[in-house]
Amino acid sequence: MNSKSMSNTANARFAQAAIDELGWWRAHKFLFLRRASQLCVLLAFAIGPWFGLWLLKGNLSSSELLATIPLSDPLATLQVLMTGHWPELSLLLGAAIIALFYLVTGGRVFCSWVCPVNLVTDTASWLRRKLHLPRTSEMPRNLRYYLLAVVLLMPLFSGIAAWEWVNPVPVVYRALLFGAGSSLWILAAIFLLDLFISERAWCGHLCPTGAMFALLGKASPVKISAVNAKDCDNCMDCFEICPERQVLKPALKGKNPMITDSDCTQCGRCIDVCAQRVFQYQNRIALKAENNQ
Amino acid sequence: MNQVNRNTKAKGVNRRQFLATSAKAGCAMGLLGLGVTGVAKQSSHLDPLAIRPPGALTEDDFLSACVRCGLCVEACPYDTLKLARWFEGVPTGTPYFTARTVPCEMCEDIPCVKACPSGSLDHSLTEINESKMGIAVLIDEKNCLNFKGLRCDVCYRVCPLIDEAITLERQHNQRSDHHAMFLPTVNSDSCTGCGKCEHVCVLEESAIRVLPTHIALGKTASHDTYMNTEETTLEMLNKGLTL
Repeated sequence: MNSKSMSNTANARFAQAAIDELGWWRAHKFLFLRRASQLCVLLAFAIGPWFGLWLLKGNLSSSELLATIPLSDPLATLQVLMTGHWPELSLLLGAAIIALFYLVTGGRVFCSWVCPVNLVTDTASWLRRKLHLPRTSEMPRNLRYYLLAVVLLMPLFSGIAAWEWVNPVPVVYRALLFGAGSSLWILAAIFLLDLFISERAWCGHLCPTGAMFALLGKASPVKISAVNAKDCDNCMDCFEICPERQVLKPALKGKNPMITDSDCTQCGRCIDVCAQRVFQYQNRIALKAENNQ
Repeated sequence: MNQVNRNTKAKGVNRRQFLATSAKAGCAMGLLGLGVTGVAKQSSHLDPLAIRPPGALTEDDFLSACVRCGLCVEACPYDTLKLARWFEGVPTGTPYFTARTVPCEMCEDIPCVKACPSGSLDHSLTEINESKMGIAVLIDEKNCLNFKGLRCDVCYRVCPLIDEAITLERQHNQRSDHHAMFLPTVNSDSCTGCGKCEHVCVLEESAIRVLPTHIALGKTASHDTYMNTEETTLEMLNKGLTL
């Protein structure tokens, strides 16, 4: 993972090769789609309290789509269950629907395409690159699974869903929909942590929501695959930008070109920044069916 | 065991490293868990003037059930309910209202309860007049205008359960020795804690306030015994009552 020497000499600007080759827009395609998706989800909630158009009520913790279909955060629901409280059916049903959705679409799709914290940590990462801050990291990446265990055990001993006091995921939503701006200090703390203390510390190492969705997405059919691994010229741009860069190497250098590691957030930035078009989204079930024919 | 470790050519991680890392991560996470729980427990003491929506479970149970989605807030047609923010004295993200600002309007269909997906607002509450959001307490008899012998009566008149939850008790006015005083008196069995009385009190600071039930009401110790004096006869007393 010694990328510094290569990327620094190769291009003055990050991903210049891809921008030259594909044009600026195509080299940022999935980044824009992702931002649009994050914004659309947020707007779908916000047009209710702002304009009285009730598409979605509630927030990411639990909501109601078109006043009928319940949707809820499986982690919040699990915490409630761990306190020993048996919730109304709608919460359980909502959690099941969301769990099923990410089971199919690929767990951490939530992290990169929906979660508002992603905006904050991506900005921190971008600033880190601009300021040439050293890539000091190396908290263990499996810390998030320990934290997930802690989050689920805390209610068992304390009787309260304690993680929801500090959970940063619904904070942006609460700030925008309910004017709860004073919770934004949590996001500021995460921004500073990611920027100055440890690279990609929150989403890549700690967030228990991401850990839960990673577990859910283990079997999902949608994956990113290094279909043209043979064209890779080791420019390292994908390693530079990937929030979970440990998932790339097995796909690029191993036998199976598919990124099977469930830590992959399927953000598609590796597709964007690659001038050689090495990566692609693929549906592995469709692929398997094709191969069998 | 040492031998095994020494002989193991570490591919990635050997057993000793694995145990050490697990122990470290375990300790760190344990401390973090304690910290978060501590913060949560500390800040879960509700501000006494913040009132939970109708049907709310007791505070501890409420905090274990509420997922802080704000569906009750959005269901409330009167802008009564708020989602708590950090540093407000109410656990962040949970719903509450301040009666002095906007009281509960006692909707007959109780939309906030219906909207709650977690059951932290108890769905078995279907009759709003049976809700117990808190208990109104005439907290300052010194400044209450009725206690000064005037006929303010505003809290009494606005009460949705007039003559049930608040009654005016007639008393001789010792000061003038000539008039009557009409003292607003809360019947804690009927009071729903909607807070309308607190909202309308004409004083700058309300003399009547809705407080959480556990603060508003006294409680008899379980070892104390209660004698039903109406059904007790002299004969029974002489015999020596088995209490």
